[in-house]
Amino acid sequence: MEWVGTIIQGILLGGIYGLFAIGLSLSFGIMRLVNIAHGDLIVLSAYVALVVGQGTGLDPFSCLIIVVPVMFALGYAMQRGLLNLTLSGGLLPPLLVTFGISVIIQNGLLQGFGAYTHRLQEGAIETASLQLPGGLSIGVYPLLVFAVAVLAIASLQLLFYSTRLGRAFRAVSDDADTAELMGIDNRKLYAVALGIAMIFTAVAGVLFAIRTNFDPSAGPIRLILAFEAVIIGGLGSIWGTLLGGVVLGIAQAVGAALNPTWQILAGHIAFLIILIVRPSGLFPRMRD
Amino acid sequence: MDAVQVERGTKVSRVFAILAMPALAALVTLPWWGDPGYMRLVAEMAYYVALAQLWNLLAGYAGLVSVGQQAYVGLGAYALFYLTGVWNMNVYLALLLAGPFAGLLSIPVSFAVFRLRGAYFAVGTWVVSEVFALSASLIGVLGGGSGLSLTPAILRGISPNRSERETILYLMTLAISFVVLAIVYLLLRSRHGLALTAIRDSEPASASLGVNTFRTKFIVYVVTAACTGLVGGLIFLQKLRVSPEAGFSINDWTVVVIFMVVIGGIGTIEGPIIGMLVFILLRELFADYGTIYLMLMGAIAIAVMLKAPMGIWGWVIQRYDLQLFPVGRRLALAPVGKPSEPIMRAAAGVVPQGESNL
Repeated sequence: MEWVGTIIQGILLGGIYGLFAIGLSLSFGIMRLVNIAHGDLIVLSAYVALVVGQGTGLDPFSCLIIVVPVMFALGYAMQRGLLNLTLSGGLLPPLLVTFGISVIIQNGLLQGFGAYTHRLQEGAIETASLQLPGGLSIGVYPLLVFAVAVLAIASLQLLFYSTRLGRAFRAVSDDADTAELMGIDNRKLYAVALGIAMIFTAVAGVLFAIRTNFDPSAGPIRLILAFEAVIIGGLGSIWGTLLGGVVLGIAQAVGAALNPTWQILAGHIAFLIILIVRPSGLFPRMRD
Repeated sequence: MDAVQVERGTKVSRVFAILAMPALAALVTLPWWGDPGYMRLVAEMAYYVALAQLWNLLAGYAGLVSVGQQAYVGLGAYALFYLTGVWNMNVYLALLLAGPFAGLLSIPVSFAVFRLRGAYFAVGTWVVSEVFALSASLIGVLGGGSGLSLTPAILRGISPNRSERETILYLMTLAISFVVLAIVYLLLRSRHGLALTAIRDSEPASASLGVNTFRTKFIVYVVTAACTGLVGGLIFLQKLRVSPEAGFSINDWTVVVIFMVVIGGIGTIEGPIIGMLVFILLRELFADYGTIYLMLMGAIAIAVMLKAPMGIWGWVIQRYDLQLFPVGRRLALAPVGKPSEPIMRAAAGVVPQGESNL
């Protein structure tokens, strides 16, 4: 019974990893961009929520009304002003430009807020739990995060397959040059895509910061977790991203149950094993 | 008809080699005329040049953009501290073994990360480095999260006298950095270097001309890991203490190094040296402003990548066609009647006989 509890915890933990990964998966799927600054943008969202919360007295969930548009605008501007310039130059330019952005965000936050750890406060929901038959109890908050992750993936599915914008995204993803010939403005579309990716990043950042302490250096490990979820799930697969997060969450929960210090290591090792056994991920949609 | 001959050097490179001699002599004799502060700065510059050359070899030539080279810095450091501290091994022997140890571990690592392409390879190498860092922090004999220190006995083994010890370590740093630079230079001048340059310029084209791209990349990855491990051992021999956080620091051993290579000029030997000088200069100028100089480095790297992706040295080559470390081959008309004149750079297709069976 103890193990059932561990697995359930792992699945729920996978929700936040899935949320971390959506933005990364989206920008890879549409513009083949691997955003090294992704983890730092998650943390930046948390800091924006912190500032908004302090300024207005709103609780973190309500802060999203402001954090989401701010991050959308930032994503749009970043793609328009910087990343679109790197599209034609091969592998290095986008990698190094996002690397530079990552260093700037990390040190900018360090400059502005110091190295102190912060946490967003949402009140009673953080510690509430549900009693299940068999003596199991699960946290309401992790369940909520998981539900948000499922909802996020479902809304992406809807966006991609039932809207005009989604059709344009799929067209550009399949063949950028032909899409442009058909009258799509790729550069503008890419900017919108990174903006949308940042919406999910903002939600992920706020939800994570209610659960966990964060400081300016908290970004890189979030990038790694998001990246692992994307690769485990299979590149370019929307639902695979969430399932990848769940696999990672279960591996970490099992590792932590064996020895609390093994949690992160167990996730990394599961990732490397899957990489060696099934290099294209568990649910591949497309090839790099 | 004029005979064509292959030129491996230029007039500028020969003049540079002659001019470099007194500069090198000045650095080697620094302990006898400079103060210890300069010695530490020059030692740092030397090992950063070595790390930058190694990363440049990987990313600039073999197309393996790794952000996980700190794994091998840390492994080399831990190997040195473990062998001397726990096995009581002679410190020089341990330092010599640190490189091969890192190289050996890079072989299984390559099986995993070589399955990833491009930017995914980059993040994959980072995960591997995290695995090593976390493992080191969990292993009791490696000191767990607090790491290992060099005991006074080991230091006395180098030399009982402190200033003499600093001189020995300084000269070792210079020597090893020089050796690493020589290995990179000679590797690039060899037929493997020709293959690497071809891969740098176009991987599909070089493969179609018979370059075994996988084997070439594998060799470069392992050699680079071994050299990085050696340099890592050397760095922490001077720091006297290694912890998982310091040994496997991505910021200190990879981010800074990438900035140096990109700003100086990726895919050239001169670039990393220039990038290192720019980095040290900026750091000395802006050190008082704390994190600002790192943000400045980030901004400069972005600007260079967008405006001049070949870096400072790439711009110089384009403008003046200078080469201080000639690794390419040029075809020139032999001086039969006419003065010799380089006519074109040897591209993959005009390789002289004896060099073509890659």
